[in-house]
Amino acid sequence: MFSCKTSPEVGGMGHSVKRKEDARFLHGKGNYTDDVKLPGMLHMVMVRSPYAYAKILSIDKEKALAIDGVLAVITGEDLAQYNLHWMPTLLSDSQMVLPTDTVMHQSQEVCAVIATDRYVAVDGAEAVDVQYEPMQAIVNPFKALDENAPLLRPDKEGQKDNHIYHWERGDKAKTDAAIAAADVVVKERIHLPRIHVASIETCGVVASYDKDTEKMLIYLTSQAPHAIRTILALVAGHVGLSEEKIRIIAPDIGGGFGGKVPVYPGYVVAIAASFLIGKPVKWIEDRSENLVNGFARDYHMDCELAATKDGKIQAFKVSTLADHGYTDSSANPSKYPTGMFSICTGSYDYEHAFAELDAVYTNKAPGGVAYRCSFRVTEAVHAIERMVDKLAAEIKMDPAEIRFKNFIKKEQFPYASPLGWSYDSGDYKATLEKAMEMVGYDDYKKEQAEKRAQGKLMGIGICTFTEVVGAGPSKDFDILGIAMFDSAEIRVHPTGKALARFGTKSQGQGHETTYAQILAEELGIPYTDIEIDEGDTDTAPYGLGTYASRSTPTAGAAAAIAARKLRDKGKKIAAHLLEVSEDDIEWEVGKYFVKGAPEKSKTIQDVAFAAYTNFPQGMEPGFEATHYYDPPNLTFPNGAYICVVEVDEETGAIDVKRFVAIDDCGNIINPMIVEGQVHGGLTQGIAPAMYEGIVYDDEGNVLNGTLMDYLVPTAVESPHWETGHTITPSPHHPLGAKGVAESPTVGAPPAIANAIIDALYPLGIKHLDIPITPDKVWDAIRKAKAEA
Amino acid sequence: MAKHKVTMTINGASVSAEVDSRLLLVHFIRENLDMTGTHIGCDTSSCGACTILIDGKSVKSCTYLAVRADGANITTIEGIAADGTNHPLQKAFHDQHGLHCGFCTPGMIMRSIELLETNPNPTEEEIRWGISGNLCRCTGYNNIVKSVQQAAQEMSKEKEATV
Amino acid sequence: MIPANFNYHKATSIQEAIALSQELGEEAKYMSGGHSLLPMMKLRFATPEHIIDISKIEGLSYIKEDGDILKIGALTTQSEMEHNSLIKENYPIMGDAIWLTADPSVRNCGTIGGNIAHGDAANDQPALMLAMRATIIAEGADGKKTIPIDEFFHGFYMTALEPGDILTEIQIPKAKKGNGGAYHKVERKVGDYATAGVAVHVEIDDDGVCQEIGIGLTNVSAVPMRLERGEEVLRGKKITEDLIEQVGQIASEDCEPESDLRGSEAYKRSIVNTITKRMLNKALERAKQ
Repeated sequence: MFSCKTSPEVGGMGHSVKRKEDARFLHGKGNYTDDVKLPGMLHMVMVRSPYAYAKILSIDKEKALAIDGVLAVITGEDLAQYNLHWMPTLLSDSQMVLPTDTVMHQSQEVCAVIATDRYVAVDGAEAVDVQYEPMQAIVNPFKALDENAPLLRPDKEGQKDNHIYHWERGDKAKTDAAIAAADVVVKERIHLPRIHVASIETCGVVASYDKDTEKMLIYLTSQAPHAIRTILALVAGHVGLSEEKIRIIAPDIGGGFGGKVPVYPGYVVAIAASFLIGKPVKWIEDRSENLVNGFARDYHMDCELAATKDGKIQAFKVSTLADHGYTDSSANPSKYPTGMFSICTGSYDYEHAFAELDAVYTNKAPGGVAYRCSFRVTEAVHAIERMVDKLAAEIKMDPAEIRFKNFIKKEQFPYASPLGWSYDSGDYKATLEKAMEMVGYDDYKKEQAEKRAQGKLMGIGICTFTEVVGAGPSKDFDILGIAMFDSAEIRVHPTGKALARFGTKSQGQGHETTYAQILAEELGIPYTDIEIDEGDTDTAPYGLGTYASRSTPTAGAAAAIAARKLRDKGKKIAAHLLEVSEDDIEWEVGKYFVKGAPEKSKTIQDVAFAAYTNFPQGMEPGFEATHYYDPPNLTFPNGAYICVVEVDEETGAIDVKRFVAIDDCGNIINPMIVEGQVHGGLTQGIAPAMYEGIVYDDEGNVLNGTLMDYLVPTAVESPHWETGHTITPSPHHPLGAKGVAESPTVGAPPAIANAIIDALYPLGIKHLDIPITPDKVWDAIRKAKAEA
Repeated sequence: MAKHKVTMTINGASVSAEVDSRLLLVHFIRENLDMTGTHIGCDTSSCGACTILIDGKSVKSCTYLAVRADGANITTIEGIAADGTNHPLQKAFHDQHGLHCGFCTPGMIMRSIELLETNPNPTEEEIRWGISGNLCRCTGYNNIVKSVQQAAQEMSKEKEATV
Repeated sequence: MIPANFNYHKATSIQEAIALSQELGEEAKYMSGGHSLLPMMKLRFATPEHIIDISKIEGLSYIKEDGDILKIGALTTQSEMEHNSLIKENYPIMGDAIWLTADPSVRNCGTIGGNIAHGDAANDQPALMLAMRATIIAEGADGKKTIPIDEFFHGFYMTALEPGDILTEIQIPKAKKGNGGAYHKVERKVGDYATAGVAVHVEIDDDGVCQEIGIGLTNVSAVPMRLERGEEVLRGKKITEDLIEQVGQIASEDCEPESDLRGSEAYKRSIVNTITKRMLNKALERAKQ
């Protein structure tokens, strides 16, 4: 276990110190994008398409412009004059800012109304008269490649059909051969449907262009302000918005979860409008706009898992069809079109694996936006964890036993996975054992046997996942060419207090506290004496932002190394002050002392003061350090989750009785915050497992575009989570930390699905796709009984 | 469209204004009064980020016309504790890590105030049902429940002390 | 989401409200709690030119027993009902329903009168009213009206209320020994409209013979629905498990649900069957207490 090196007052790693950022939120003084109010600010509202696929015949602005207070209606034609009507996605596909002739999904932005008041802008949007010629939309991705399917993206040069890309990894021939030769092969088509992060704050922007200074100030709900600034400069440099003139401030963010990584068309239109009009323009999505404009998941995965008859896994193969909507807006590293999907071999040791994926266009909103998950890890983990359970059931082996039998062993790390990853560390056996002990696994097994004898449906589900986070090493990981490092800049003031700035951006993760704790650990300056600043591209060092659980693995590491640079400099100053050689100086948290004479010491605060007042001749004054951290590898957090459910056979209702989550995220900076992140991630895990999923009709209309029908769990649906930890430090991270906030979102859905299927297994039900809703359970039971 | 003169008490101060019929109370508070602690999350009275107290009762201010609040006594997150002090719920949310991004927090606290008013010693289940009109996407609710429990204890101690 | 422009009018008495309604004509709508109408206006599904606010009318918020009748003023909020000791003690069916209706903040605004007058089969109170044989009291330009609940719900969002009529009071036979009621709905998550809901109100004599029975169904038909054929099976008989089984079957046959996001028609029929049986048992249990 981890033992704290610092006192609670200093508050270094391992202390559950209370959060420094809380006060403003508790008093209603947070500053979110919609709270920003600038003099003369105008409001923008989007007109959106009622059709999934249609030609735009005409856009009549007249009635809208006649409304008092409506100043402009901006169309794709208007933007086309400046060549701003299209923009690149992060994966080098292209997305319309506003259409000039065709709309590609229901609710796509058609034009924008600018008015003096939010209410008037809504009236203006109602008054714009758009004439459409609807066309037959492609909604089913399996039909996108039909010969007679319309070509959805004729705008793309060389695009002959609706296929976007093929990707594969692993040895197909050997995997096929292993599967052909295996005693047991289980197969399943698994679909993870479209879901939306639905952060309680929607997305929005306030853009303010000053024609005199030519500066564009942008308040933006962005998890990655620096990268977005660069993208804007690339997109709009030709009209004069060059990077040094763009200042993006990501103020307080009301939840991100990946939904605030992309550049949405509304941002660009608001920025363009401010640029053209010369006044601040605010655009805030309403909830329906938020819910229907960009999605996570939507992978259809054909899985095959092969094993010996006594349950030793030999090979895994998965062929996936990915529905990307009308453009590939995946927020993935550019060399990883499928993100980290190749983590799909899981926590198990076997030789052969092959994964392939074909991505297609359909008439849906852009897909590939994250949902609290590191680039497709959720899809990968769901596939392997469902299949391992299916295999266990097939050979009548306990799902815990089959996992123990196949786990990568502690001593095998670093472990080279069959699809090319180098897992850094883990003790999977210990993690699962702890979960089983905490839940009382054996007792539940007995109870289940008794309940089954009475005809009752009770299930126990396990998931033992391995995540891959912290992108990433520059040799492999970049977004639009920008390497995925992250940064920290520390300034220790003469009085020994500090300001530290980062290239990341918290959306609730508590960076103002945890980064201060890392610096407290490394420097011994109390965390309360350290201010943390992020999100302003004019002041913060460049970084790729906060998503994919990368803040601690990258910026957290940068903080530690920058602090160590300071410590090295401090050592020279301490030697100077104590009048000994640098070699005679030793460090313990917060102070330098003379070897063998600990009474002769200087605190870090003394040294900081001296750095400005009494530094050695020839030394550069000041006490500041910056580090850009390029990680040598990714980190691989893991966990063992166990879920116990009961199912009401008559109504299909599912009661989650227990849920135990044991996470191993390496060394822990703040246990309170880590536990809080796990709780939150678990609720965002039960959400897609049992409640959430965007539903389309055959015409491509979203049927559940409000929070009345898109079922975000309340405190009642959310179980009382039980959590715990094992700690296996990352060997390559300076703090031994790994990142945690997405693990529960990745691990919970298969644990829940496995529990429900386990409950239903006696009836002959072997798989259900998530979300597993009562009506789906009821239907499956009815069908199973009819077949029996 | 005719304007309507309204007068109401907000956080102890009397406020008068001319408002349009359709002005939503949440916008009146945020835009006209510049108190931005009350948030908008869903527009359909599903999420509770806009929860305030009207005459002591929790109300979703996105689904309430400003003009109907004429004569009402309104409390928002900005008005539950004097500057520099904390309401027991504010303290408890801090102590128990009952907030992450903070966006749902004001509404969650305003709802919890009435919950503890009507039920000073709620069970975990009663708390969960009691805040079921307030969505949180970050915390998984465990620590919100603990926050409300802590505040309940502290408030009943305070009450005992004053009796 | 912003409503279209309209003119707001506040009525301080029933007479003033009716007069305003007459003056403003069909484009005027009454608003009490506003939690059904205002969301529709924000989505611009409803664009009334005039809103007549009746929530400030004095004297329409009460819960009292008067002789053999429980009288509830139309402006009584769901919260007031939830916390009312008379209702808690003697009318647990109402507690069942209110606990499952929306959430506490919405219940602070939503009124019993509005819930019924909206004429929405997805609302919970109509099924209760049907089961409990309520009488609706309304006032209009032509005076006071007494409308038996069976004549109240006319069609999709349509009721016996004429333009300008205000629902003022709900009357329910007073609870007495041998009475029992229960309500449950299956919902996708707490606060949701019902996937299907069933209200049962039963009166049994000392020998366990069913003297009166009312069964109302939520959100499985365009119009709030009373399960008359099921009631017939039980009325005058000693209620047995077999009969309950029969009534469940009848409920699943007679309801008229449609497939939608909440589930298929078959699923809804099945859960109507299940909940009907469960609520019959629960109501009987309560009747025996």
